[in-house]
Amino acid sequence: MNAPLRRVAISVLVLFTLLIVNVNYIQVVRSDELREDSGNTRVLTEEYSRERGSIVVDGTEVALSTPTDDTLEYLREYPQGPVYAPVTGYYSLLYGAWQVEDAENEVLAGSDDRLALRRLADLFTGRDPAGGDVVLTLDPAVQETAMTQLDGATGAVVALDPATGAVLGMASTPTYDPARLSSHDPGAIRDYAAELDAMDTDPRLNRAIQDNYPPGSVFKVIVSAAALASGEYTPDTVVPAPDTLTLPGTSTQLRNFGNSSCSSSQEQSLIDALTISCNTAFAQLGIDLGEDAVREMAEGFGMTGESLDIPVQTAGSSVGDIESEAALGQSSIGQRDVRMTPLQAAMVAAAVGNDGTLMTPYLVDQVRAPDLTVIDRADPEELSEPVTPEVADQLQEMMESVVANGSGRAARVSGVTVAGKTGTAQVAEDVPDHNWFIGFAPADDPQIAVAVFVANGGGTGGDTSAPIAREVIEAYLEGQGG
Amino acid sequence: MTSGPSTDPRASAPGTETPTRRNTELALLGFAVLITLAAQSIVDLTVTGSLRAELAGFGAWFAAIWAVLHLVVRTLAPYADPLLLPAVALLSGLGLTMIHRLDLADEQVEGASGGDAPVQLLWATVGAGLFIAVLVVLRDHRLLARFAYTLALIGLVLLALPAVLPASISEVYGAKIWIRVAGFSIQPGEFAKICLIVFFASYLVDKRDVLALASRRVMGLEIPRARDLGPVLVAWALSILVLVFERDLGSSLLLFGIFVVMLYVATERSSWLLIGLGLFAAGAFLAYQLFGHVRVRVDTWLDPFAYRDEGGYQLVQSLFGLGTGGLFGAGLGGGRPDQVPVAKSDFIAAALGEELGLFGLVALIVVYLILVERGLRTSLIVRDAFGKLLAGGLAFAVAWQLFVVLGGVTGLLPLTGLTTPFVAYGGSSLVANFGLVAILVRISDAARRPAAPPAPPKQAIGEAPTEVVTP
Repeated sequence: MNAPLRRVAISVLVLFTLLIVNVNYIQVVRSDELREDSGNTRVLTEEYSRERGSIVVDGTEVALSTPTDDTLEYLREYPQGPVYAPVTGYYSLLYGAWQVEDAENEVLAGSDDRLALRRLADLFTGRDPAGGDVVLTLDPAVQETAMTQLDGATGAVVALDPATGAVLGMASTPTYDPARLSSHDPGAIRDYAAELDAMDTDPRLNRAIQDNYPPGSVFKVIVSAAALASGEYTPDTVVPAPDTLTLPGTSTQLRNFGNSSCSSSQEQSLIDALTISCNTAFAQLGIDLGEDAVREMAEGFGMTGESLDIPVQTAGSSVGDIESEAALGQSSIGQRDVRMTPLQAAMVAAAVGNDGTLMTPYLVDQVRAPDLTVIDRADPEELSEPVTPEVADQLQEMMESVVANGSGRAARVSGVTVAGKTGTAQVAEDVPDHNWFIGFAPADDPQIAVAVFVANGGGTGGDTSAPIAREVIEAYLEGQGG
Repeated sequence: MTSGPSTDPRASAPGTETPTRRNTELALLGFAVLITLAAQSIVDLTVTGSLRAELAGFGAWFAAIWAVLHLVVRTLAPYADPLLLPAVALLSGLGLTMIHRLDLADEQVEGASGGDAPVQLLWATVGAGLFIAVLVVLRDHRLLARFAYTLALIGLVLLALPAVLPASISEVYGAKIWIRVAGFSIQPGEFAKICLIVFFASYLVDKRDVLALASRRVMGLEIPRARDLGPVLVAWALSILVLVFERDLGSSLLLFGIFVVMLYVATERSSWLLIGLGLFAAGAFLAYQLFGHVRVRVDTWLDPFAYRDEGGYQLVQSLFGLGTGGLFGAGLGGGRPDQVPVAKSDFIAAALGEELGLFGLVALIVVYLILVERGLRTSLIVRDAFGKLLAGGLAFAVAWQLFVVLGGVTGLLPLTGLTTPFVAYGGSSLVANFGLVAILVRISDAARRPAAPPAPPKQAIGEAPTEVVTP
């Protein structure tokens, strides 16, 4: 029996070798992949035992880690939780990290390459490793005003510095308290998440960047830009503005808001058409310019369908498919498949205000080491130049007229010229319209560009969203000593 | 009874200079106890920052177990293989350490107190008691052959008991393999395994000449006669019954594998291996087609990440632990092995792999390899056929069980729910395996004992003296 026994002994050796090879494969070859898998909460719990960096707005910590007595050594706190929740997101044991907590996790957790030297030093000095701070571009006055103004509605506000692309405000409502998702009590976290899940509109979604909506008449700024850029139009060019427009190839009658008449003469200047937001004029203008001109201009303003990394990933904005001239007519007034994020809407205003140059929006101003030395600073970058400075000036003139004389009068700020455009987008039958306003101020030297979006506000962009924009602009200019 | 090997009357007998190696065993046992205590200290220091008050008591108790077992072996089986006991000591020490470490995690996360490690130490003590009892009662392993059919009956009853008992007593996590009475849980299958191996050994030694008869040769293989297929078919049917009525994939696979290998060793006919493999394939195919629980196991094995929130959760968590541990591990007390469900029992190897890393896990496998190969070596040098087959069967059983368990935990094989011998939390497994090693120690003593006249075998296993020794 010894011969087969020896073979059994060898087989056992082979079986154990298989085990060892497989363990090697898992613990060496697949190690990184398994360690970094999102379902692996080990790394998260390890991060909890390290002092996570703060998220800072204008010198104040809006997210910070404080030491605790329990096993997870640090608790994440959000002193003004609901006000900054759309931007900070949460840092949850159960649901992972979200928004800036997620996008800047490497810095906050201290694993970012820019902190590598310091980690090495920690090793030698025995100092407890800690994460770096992320300083946001937000302006507290803008953020607080925007959140207060939106309170009770479902909507978003984005404010940009037109010259740099720095995000001055990013509000989204309804909001939530990130601290309650970041506590150490799994039961309480689950209960709160269930509460949020049960709401009609999920507060965890940042509507300013993570969803897109039909922009309605806001899109007319882009069509105007395409017209002016073609060289065949000036603000004073007279365009057809009939009471009703039968869309080419269909029997669909396109009308103006409230079936009103744009002009008794059935035609008006381009600047007047924008001022009163004449639908028929812009539908016809878009059809006359052609799909390519409209689409190219939209892409120039950032509506490429691509996501931006600000560093939170945004939803894309685009004009969608345009199958026919009729569709082009409807798209030209921001309906059909045209979709914009509120951030994109703010970018349109910012580009016009910045002499036709669109700056890449960004949320993070500085990255700081735990000892507060700045290890990285934002460097404003140009994203595109959708229009020339001359065309930008003409657009500005037209948008000033909107606020001075037209649908955007509610956005007027005393002592400051505001340029803007309203939008009232139809969503569906029997569903209240979306209300938009975009604008920038002061018109001749823009400090702030703003987009206000109120979902299903039921009013018009002029009466629902323009006042919110006014408050935000005022709050910012007051803070700037203006 | 503390005399060294040189004063042992048998060892000092003129002309028989075989060293007993008892001092080697003692030194290795000391080493195993030392490693265990060091590991326990590291766990306490890392997790709580200070040594627990009970550590001294634990250490004394743990060391006492092995001191006593060493003395018993020195007295009752002086020529026993010196590596078997130390390997078991190290494995159970590491198991106790990891169970204690997981106790601490439970305390911190859930506020649970008490813990399972003291209970497991108690079971180790019971196991040691069984070990001593086996060595005292069983002076010659060939005695077991006398009770082969009785043991077969006991084995079958133990195996079948959970299946016929109501689910409230026998079912845990879907597998009907338990007997739970008065707060105690027993897995009778662990004991049945040993009883059946003894029976297989005795039966196959009796019948091996018949079973080795070939009817014809096909492509160089000796094909057995059709009517001799009976025993292997019975073993196969038994395994299928275990699978159907107890939903215990592991025991089913374990029993059938052990039987086929023992059949092969007894008959020296590799055709039995092929027949076994064929039957296994047929059984596996049938089981996959017929039973949902088998299908789930196989599907989650093939792609655990696709079922990461359902059936694959355990395996995925286990892989996360192993992957996070990497080469060197998180260090004892430094990882999160408690995130793997049932880490103390079924997944204790994953817990060890996470905290001790690849190096620690491979070292663990090598300790098992030493244990198994020493068992197989015993089987090679023991003189009687029954002893050979029994030692070979027992050693292979440990190897096969470890392969199936560890293969499951690391995703190499479908998950089965067998326990990691000596390491995993669970009284039945620990006690039964102590008994298994006691038998191996007894056989190895007989194997290495120099020229002592064997007890005259008057009964059934009569052919033993005719066995040609080819060490």
